[in-house]
Amino acid sequence: MQVKFSLNGRMESVDVEPRRTLADALREDLGYTGTHVGCEHGVCGACTIMVDGQPARACLMFAVQADGSSITTVEGLQNDDGKLHALQQSFCDRHGLQCGFCTPGMLMTAMDLLHRENEPSRERIREEMSGNICRCTGYMGIVDAVEEASRTQSG
Amino acid sequence: MKAAPFDYVRPPSVASAVHHLEEASGDGKIIAGGQSLAPVLAMRLARPQVLVDINRIPGLSTISRSDDVLRIGALVRHHDLLEQHHSPLLAEAARWIGHAAIRSRGTTGGSIAHADPSAELPVVAAALDATIHAVGPDGRRTIAAVDLFEGALETSLEESEMIVGVDMPIPTTWGFAELSRRHGDFGLVTVVVAEVEGSWRVCVGGLAAVPFRARESESILDGGSVADGRVREAAQAAAAAITTSSDLHASADYRRAMAEEFTRRAIEQATAPSRAGVH
Ligand SMILES: Cc1cc2nc3c(=O)[nH]c(=O)nc-3n(C[C@H](O)[C@H](O)[C@H](O)COP(=O)(O)OP(=O)(O)OC[C@H]3O[C@@H](n4cnc5c(N)ncnc54)[C@H](O)[C@@H]3O)c2cc1C
Ligand code: FES
Ligand code: FES
Repeated sequence: MQVKFSLNGRMESVDVEPRRTLADALREDLGYTGTHVGCEHGVCGACTIMVDGQPARACLMFAVQADGSSITTVEGLQNDDGKLHALQQSFCDRHGLQCGFCTPGMLMTAMDLLHRENEPSRERIREEMSGNICRCTGYMGIVDAVEEASRTQSG
Repeated sequence: MKAAPFDYVRPPSVASAVHHLEEASGDGKIIAGGQSLAPVLAMRLARPQVLVDINRIPGLSTISRSDDVLRIGALVRHHDLLEQHHSPLLAEAARWIGHAAIRSRGTTGGSIAHADPSAELPVVAAALDATIHAVGPDGRRTIAAVDLFEGALETSLEESEMIVGVDMPIPTTWGFAELSRRHGDFGLVTVVVAEVEGSWRVCVGGLAAVPFRARESESILDGGSVADGRVREAAQAAAAAITTSSDLHASADYRRAMAEEFTRRAIEQATAPSRAGVH
């Protein structure tokens, strides 16, 4: 099936089998490998993207369902001039990543949180990030990074 | 961990969705939020021939109120339940479902139809004696929540029937208490206590295959004012009446002990003076 959607502000068109997940279509068919695939059943959060302004697990959507929607992936975070998004910068500065496997999902989940809430408490950050699993950092750096980005953003 | 091949249809109306299901004669599956079905397909626990995507059917995403009943469209997302202000009980229950990225897509109809014994909305529906509206080849019918849930992941819906909405009464007072291992996990024990039209409801999820209405605790609560002794008595009655088993998440004894404790907490919330007048 032919599917069309806007991806980070650009129209993309792709021919997929109905069983192709959106995560696989982004990675394998369109070459946007920033969206990572871990568990493939919604639990790890690595594949989290934004669909029509809402966070979604790209492994739990079939690409055909995204027809006509507007998608943002981690590749869409950076400014056009190459400057990192406040969250990307704070993840670097605060040791919010080690291997980086979980990072795209962490960034997208955190971005959604910061869209909804100004300066969330550390407890709120932990709550909201609890659907994203990291095997490396132990989460302190991640919570620090989100907290710092929220201050930069509202400061 | 990839789904087996299937055909995909995106019907424009309920009638057309039902028609596709009927044509597939048992080999079709509705996809709503996909938050339970997509994992099931990925693990190949189901291999439907046709996936019927109901997401673009108009008119199924609204919440409307008439008097003290909320009509919730099948496609109302958990996120929307959390945001509405008519029924704080539903908002609280939705807050306990998974994470933001799950709540943005998962639907009320999907959660009720999936009938996971550990899911929040089926417990709320059973507690409130919700009415499920379904449409099938023979037309529309209503099903009482207690008649819908038949077993773990089993309902009395026919193969070609689709839920279009759920009527949830708004309780005059309520309590919600859940025990889960981590934030956003399914509940080990979920208890809803509510007073609807002057009678008490106590419903426990997570222990039996379907949400369990603790009738004896309900009559204890209906029997008079809730002094401290009665709260404990009602909580004990709920736990004692449930048959449960041990699995890798918890032993039967632990589950029963927690059912009692979380029933006690839910009753205390519901009967707290601060709740009076707060719906
Ligand atoms: C990581 C994760 C954590 C989760 N945590 C929780 C949690 O804590 N609590 C909880 O309750 N749930 C949880 N869920 C499940 C989530 O709530 C699902 O949204 C819900 O169980 C199913 O709704 P859905 O719209 O996604 O349905 P789908 O996945 O689309 O469908 C589920 C089933 O219902 C059928 N169906 C769907 N809609 C209809 C309809 N209108 N009529 C008839 N049949 C229909 C489908 O054919 C399928 O068999 C979690 C899911 C994930 C991935
Ligand atoms: S790969 Fe999608 S949540 Fe794990
Ligand atoms: S940085 Fe390695 S999984 Fe999170």
